[in-house]
Amino acid sequence: MSVSRRTLLGGLGGLVLAVQMPPRRARATGTIVEDVTTPFSPNAFIRIDERGVVTFIMRNVEMGQGIYTGATLLMAEELDLDPETVQLEAAPPDVAYVDKDMGTQATGGSTSTMGEWVLLRKAAATARVLLVQAAATRWGVDPAACRTEAGVIHHDASGRAVGYGEVAAEAGRLPVPPDVSLRPPSAFRLIGRSHHRLDSPAKVHATAQFGIDARVDGMKFATVAACPVMGGTLVHVNEGAARAVSGVVDILRLPNAVCVVGSTTWAAQMGLKAAAPEWNAGENAHVDTALVYRQLHDGAAQPERGIVAQEKGDAHAAVAGAHRQYAATYQQPLLAHATMEPVNCTVHVTPDRCDIWVGTQVPLRARDSAARITGLAADQVHLHNMYIGGGFGRRLEHEYVEQAVQFARQVPYPLKIVWSREEDITLDRFRPAYVDQIAAGLSSHGNIVGVTHRIVGPAVVARWAPEGLMPNGMDGDLLAAAADVPYDFRASYLDFVRRETPGVVTAWWRGVGGTRGLFVMESFIDELAAVAGRDPIEFRRHHLKNDARAIGVLDLASDKANWSQPMPKGSGRGVAVQFLFGSYLATIMDVKVDDDGSVRVLRAVVAVDCGRLVNPDQVRSQIEGGLMFGIGAALFNEITLDHGRVQQRNFNRYRVLRMNEAPVIEVHLVESDADPGGIGETGTAAAAPALANALAAATGRRYRRLPLLGKQELDV
Amino acid sequence: MYDIQINGDVHSVDVPGDTPLLWVLRDVLGMTGTKFGCGIAQCGVCTVHLDGQPVRSCSLPVAAIGTHPVTTIEGIGSDALGQAVQKAWIDLDVVQCGYCQPGQIMSAVALLKTNPHPEDSDIDMAMSGNICRCGTYQRIRAAIRSAAGA
Ligand code: FES
Ligand code: FES
Repeated sequence: MSVSRRTLLGGLGGLVLAVQMPPRRARATGTIVEDVTTPFSPNAFIRIDERGVVTFIMRNVEMGQGIYTGATLLMAEELDLDPETVQLEAAPPDVAYVDKDMGTQATGGSTSTMGEWVLLRKAAATARVLLVQAAATRWGVDPAACRTEAGVIHHDASGRAVGYGEVAAEAGRLPVPPDVSLRPPSAFRLIGRSHHRLDSPAKVHATAQFGIDARVDGMKFATVAACPVMGGTLVHVNEGAARAVSGVVDILRLPNAVCVVGSTTWAAQMGLKAAAPEWNAGENAHVDTALVYRQLHDGAAQPERGIVAQEKGDAHAAVAGAHRQYAATYQQPLLAHATMEPVNCTVHVTPDRCDIWVGTQVPLRARDSAARITGLAADQVHLHNMYIGGGFGRRLEHEYVEQAVQFARQVPYPLKIVWSREEDITLDRFRPAYVDQIAAGLSSHGNIVGVTHRIVGPAVVARWAPEGLMPNGMDGDLLAAAADVPYDFRASYLDFVRRETPGVVTAWWRGVGGTRGLFVMESFIDELAAVAGRDPIEFRRHHLKNDARAIGVLDLASDKANWSQPMPKGSGRGVAVQFLFGSYLATIMDVKVDDDGSVRVLRAVVAVDCGRLVNPDQVRSQIEGGLMFGIGAALFNEITLDHGRVQQRNFNRYRVLRMNEAPVIEVHLVESDADPGGIGETGTAAAAPALANALAAATGRRYRRLPLLGKQELDV
Repeated sequence: MYDIQINGDVHSVDVPGDTPLLWVLRDVLGMTGTKFGCGIAQCGVCTVHLDGQPVRSCSLPVAAIGTHPVTTIEGIGSDALGQAVQKAWIDLDVVQCGYCQPGQIMSAVALLKTNPHPEDSDIDMAMSGNICRCGTYQRIRAAIRSAAGA
C-alpha cells in the first residue's frame, strides 16, 4: 500500500503555536461541517492542524457496526493518541476513499475492519514517522532517540518536547517514506482492549445527527409515493384535494412517483393521502409470490447444467455410487431491510450547486448520480454524509437519492423527503428469494463422499457492480457457505442457475451470500448427521478434519453450551458452524416449542474466532445484534407479492423480534493473532440454521423453508 | 394555536390540531431527538412522556395534550433517574446505530419510575413496544438492571 504525500499530510498548517493538546471529547455527532476554520480541505485519513487538533476522516460510514471507534483505535494506536481527543469526520465523496474490495467508496460486506487493519495503521504510522522526523530535525537529534506519547514528541535525553501540531508544517514538507514498520502486537496499548464506543454519548443524548435529522434554513417537508408495482407509472393525482389540506405547499411529479410538500411532514402525509395517486401498474401487474417461487423451482429442475462454480472430483458419480444417497430442497423468501430509520434524503438544488444531506453507504455513486441528474459538475455536488439508522445493505442503494434530486430540482427551496414506513418496506430493494437443491452420498461408515449442490436465484452483483460478475457469469457472493466451506467433502459440485426475480429489484442484505448459503449448508449437514445416526457436533468435527480454527470454535461452543446434556421434551438444541467474512463461528441455540406450537428461543451460545480483536466488546455487540436480526428474519419474515404489490407494509405485518422474544446470548471470544475478519454479518448468518436445527431437534421434523414459523410445504 | 409545555418550557405552535406531537417536535420546534419509525404506534422510536407516562408521539394529536407536561429525550437527563439510565447506556455500550435508543431510554425511564426494581419479565413487558433492528435487547436489559441498582 502506498500513502501519497497529498493524501496523507497534504497542506498542513504553517503556524507554529505553543505545545498544546486541547483535551477535547471526540466530536462524533455525525454531521460533517465543511470546515472553514482550517484553511486546508480534508483528504484521506488524517489531518492535524497547527493547534494540534487531530482529525481522523472516516471512509466507512457508521451505521451501528462501531467502525468509527474501531478505525480510531487503529490510527490512535500508531499515532500515540488518546482516542477521546480525536475529532472524527465522515469522508466526503472522493476516489481517495474507494474500497478496493467493494470497487467503489462503499461500506458493506463486513469489509470495514478487514480493509482498515493494515491501511489505517500504515497511514497513522507514516504520519508519526514524519512528525518525529520533523521534531528530530529541528532539535538536531536522532529520530530514534525520540518517543511519542499522547500527541507529543519527546526527546528524553534533553528533556525537550513538542506537540504534533507545532511540527505539522515541517512534517508536511518531508518526503514520505516508502514503507514504515508497524508496531508489534506486543506493544499494542489500544488494540485488543475493549474501548467504549466514541459515538455512544451523542447517540444516548440524542445529539447525533442522522440523515432524517438534517435541518437546513428554508427547507420544506415532503413525502413521496412511487408506483407500488415496479415499472408502473403515475396516471392521476387529485391535486385539488391535496392542496386543500392545511399546510400543503407543492405537488411534484415524476413519471412514476408523486411528492407532496408541506410545512410539516404531517401536512405532506395528509396531502399525499388526499392526492390519492392512481397508477398504471404496467407489465408487472401479474407478478405474485407463487410466480417467483415457481421460476426458482423450475430452475432447480432444469436438466442442463447451470454455471459451474465448483467441481472437485466427480461428485455426481461419488453420490450415485455411495452406500446411501440423500437429497433436500430448501427455499428462502424475499426479505426487506426495514432499517429503523426510514429512507430519507434532503436536497437543495440551486443553479450552480447541489447539497445533499443523507446517510449513504455509497457516497461517490450518490454524488455522481446527482451530478448527472442536475447537469452540474461533480465538484458542485456537496454530499454531507450523516449517521445511518441501520444499513443492513439498504444504504448500498442510492435510488432514493436519485429520486430526491429529481424532485428537488423542481423547486428553489431545500426539500426534505421522508418516506413513510409503508413506502420504505413496499419500495425496498429486496434480499432475493432462493431455492437450493443439494444431495450427498454417505459411505457405509456414515461419512460424506460427495456433495452436489445447485443454487437458483438472481445474481445481485450483476446489477450492483456488473464488473464484479465472474468471467463465467457466477455471482461470487453465492460461493459463501456453498463452495467456500470449512468441510472437506471428498468430491463436490456446485452450479448456479440464474433466475432474476420478476417484479422487484433485488439487493444486498446483511450477509446475503453467507446468510443464504449457511442456512442450506448447515441444515443439510444436520440432516446428514441424523441420517447417519451420528451426533451433529461429532459429525461436523469429523468432516472439519483439516480446519483447526473451525474445530476450535465448535469445541468451545459445545463445551460452554453443555451440548451433551439432554434437553427436556419439547425443547431442542441446534448447532451451526461457519467460516464467513474471514471469521469462524460456532453457534448453539436452545429453543422450546410450547404445546400450542409457539416457539421460544431461550439461549444462544456463540464461540467466535475472528482473528485479532480490535475492540473485543464491539465484536460481542455485533454478534449479539447480528443474531437477533437473523433470528427475527428466520422466524417471521417473508415479503410476498400480489398483483405486483408488496403485501407487508409496516411492522404490524413485517414482524420484528422484540425484547420479550429476545434470547440470552453468550459470546465467547477466541484469542487469535490471525488478521481480523469481518463480524457484522456473521451472527445473522448463524441464526437461521442454528434455529432450524434446534427446532428439528425439538419437533422431530425438518425445517427447509424460511420463515420457520410459516408453512413448511415448499412452493414447488 | 396550541401552547404545549415541553421539558419545562411553554411553546406556542400554530398547526392543525390533528398534527401528531412527533411532527411538532421534529419539524416545527427542531427537536429531532425524538424519532420517526412507523407512524402507527408499532415501534416506539417516537416515545415521549406525557405526565410521566410513556406515549407514542406519532399517534398523539397536539390538540389532545392540553396542559399535560411533555418530556422528551432532550429533557430526560434533567433528573437523577434519567441521568442514571443514560449513564448505564453509555457504560454498557448499548447503542449500535442508535436510532431507536432515544425511544428505548424514554421507555426505560418510565418503567423505573413506577417500578424501581423490575424483574426481567417486567423489563420485557415494558420494553416490548420498542423495536431495535440492531438487536441491542440484551444490553438494554442489562442497562436497565444496572440503572435500577443505582
Ligand atoms: S413512530 Fe411512533 S411508534 Fe413508531
Ligand atoms: S440501535 Fe439501531 S435500531 Fe436500535
